[in-house]
Amino acid sequence: MAANTNSQSRRQFLLDMAKTACGVGMFGLGLGLYANQARALPPTAIRPPGALPEHDFQGACIRCGMCVRDCPYHILELARPEDDLATGTPYFMARKIPCEMCEDIPCIKACPTGALDHKLTDINKAKMGLAALVDQETCLNFLGLRCDVCYRVCPVIDKAITLERSHNVRTNKHTMFLPTVHSEHCTGCGKCEKSCVLEVAAIKVFPVRLAKGELGKHYRLGWEEKKKAGESLVAPEIEHQYNLPEGFKYEQGPGLSGEAVPPAATQPGVPQALHGDKL
Amino acid sequence: MSVNRKIGADAIMAKGWLGAHKWLLLRRVTQLGILSLFLLGPLAGIWIVKGNLAYSLTLNTLPLTDPYVLLQSLLAGHVPEKLALIGVVIVIGFYALAGGRAYCAWVCPVNMVTDSAAWLRHRFGIKSGARFSRSTRYWILAMTLILALATGTIAWEMINPVSMLHRGLIFGLGTAWAIILAVFLFDLFVSPDGWCGHLCPVGAFYSLIGKTSLVRVNALQRAACNDCMDCFVICPEPQVIKPALKGAAKGIGPLITSANCTNCGRCIDVCSKDVFGFVLRFNNKAENSAPQGKAAALGNRS
Repeated sequence: MAANTNSQSRRQFLLDMAKTACGVGMFGLGLGLYANQARALPPTAIRPPGALPEHDFQGACIRCGMCVRDCPYHILELARPEDDLATGTPYFMARKIPCEMCEDIPCIKACPTGALDHKLTDINKAKMGLAALVDQETCLNFLGLRCDVCYRVCPVIDKAITLERSHNVRTNKHTMFLPTVHSEHCTGCGKCEKSCVLEVAAIKVFPVRLAKGELGKHYRLGWEEKKKAGESLVAPEIEHQYNLPEGFKYEQGPGLSGEAVPPAATQPGVPQALHGDKL
Repeated sequence: MSVNRKIGADAIMAKGWLGAHKWLLLRRVTQLGILSLFLLGPLAGIWIVKGNLAYSLTLNTLPLTDPYVLLQSLLAGHVPEKLALIGVVIVIGFYALAGGRAYCAWVCPVNMVTDSAAWLRHRFGIKSGARFSRSTRYWILAMTLILALATGTIAWEMINPVSMLHRGLIFGLGTAWAIILAVFLFDLFVSPDGWCGHLCPVGAFYSLIGKTSLVRVNALQRAACNDCMDCFVICPEPQVIKPALKGAAKGIGPLITSANCTNCGRCIDVCSKDVFGFVLRFNNKAENSAPQGKAAALGNRS
């Protein structure tokens, strides 16, 4: 009889254990899937400078908000449960208020875990995101006007954003100054997106993984390889043959001769695109 | 014991209202005081404490880190910077002395939510309740740690009501109020002491830190117990009282040794016979000054 009660209570105990384990397991599975979903950073949210890659960041950030507190411009917020990114983690929205790129980077210094990497000491090397001019149809400079605002507000002017000159086919006599982002120098601070004069910004900052393409690993750029080797890799280099009607000659068009155009003389301290000559 | 009898009525008669609410008041002052220190910065610009319960920096010098969230971060594969590590040593040291779950009773903001639910339960005599094991919290604790290890993220922090409420009060609540309301309603209608006493892995973790903590409640005068049951009704973890209060015959000392005692002191408050008191854990002796009654006749063998 005693043995019977014993085995009964053991059975009950095991059943209770199984019940709890299954319940908690189901709950854990749900939570795991939810956490997995929240792993992708939404395109409009930008992490503070020095943030580890998103996946590592969510394992390293303990959601204490010290970076939020030490940001002198109050640009950072902690995500609320209804927001699109991991609850409690810091972010900012470039269009609302961009990063001011403090030289001493107080947000990184405040981070107790290193979710914001303490190895980043030069704010110009930050990669919070990457600006991309996403809409050429509405960008005023692409329409042939001289807005230039994104270019002028860029803290890394002439490196992260340059104005590339191009012929204005519409008027046939003007130059277009096309804002062009260079990923090597863009920190993703968001100043350009914030200051874009349009109703909806034509230039936006995205997480690098969304904004950047990637060449195939096996791709080789002929001109780069040629420079590296110091000589043509296709020997002998064949002179280009033009099939022009008799009596015609290529006299202009430096682009065809292979020689680079000598750069316009630069005055120190003046952004290249603002030089008066040749405009 | 009728449903309408007010818990602690005898204690109020014996000690006065203030005497019967001493530890409760001290606890509320502490809870609200800590919260105000955190709120003073954002609301009044007086920066004594920065951060939240996950990590805070007091007067720009004293770091305090929540060991549970830091352990999850470690399991997720990240080694923190020095300040967070110093903070975690201080916090573990403190709760290892003061009682692990003192965090629950004296610091955690959810305590006021679930205490209100418990109070309303008693007030309106709500007896309903899904009963499930109090060890569920350890299962959930294990699950959250495994999840951190498996996903490489601090998954539990996505939904943790404890940090959500504290962070929300300081940095902006958003819809976190709905989750806190859910905890409140769960405790009120679904399960008595459901959240803090059965499910919360934060409390479970702190109970492990304070397993051998120094500060304990002791049923010093258990011989004087008149079996009014008030302490059992008011206690959020009543299972911890029984061995200490009723264990004399079995030779069990009067010290409450369970890691799940939250050191809230409510049993001390509601006892008209002053059976309970805070002691250091070395003091596991009952006192013999009790009046000769039925309980005293059982003798104190410890």
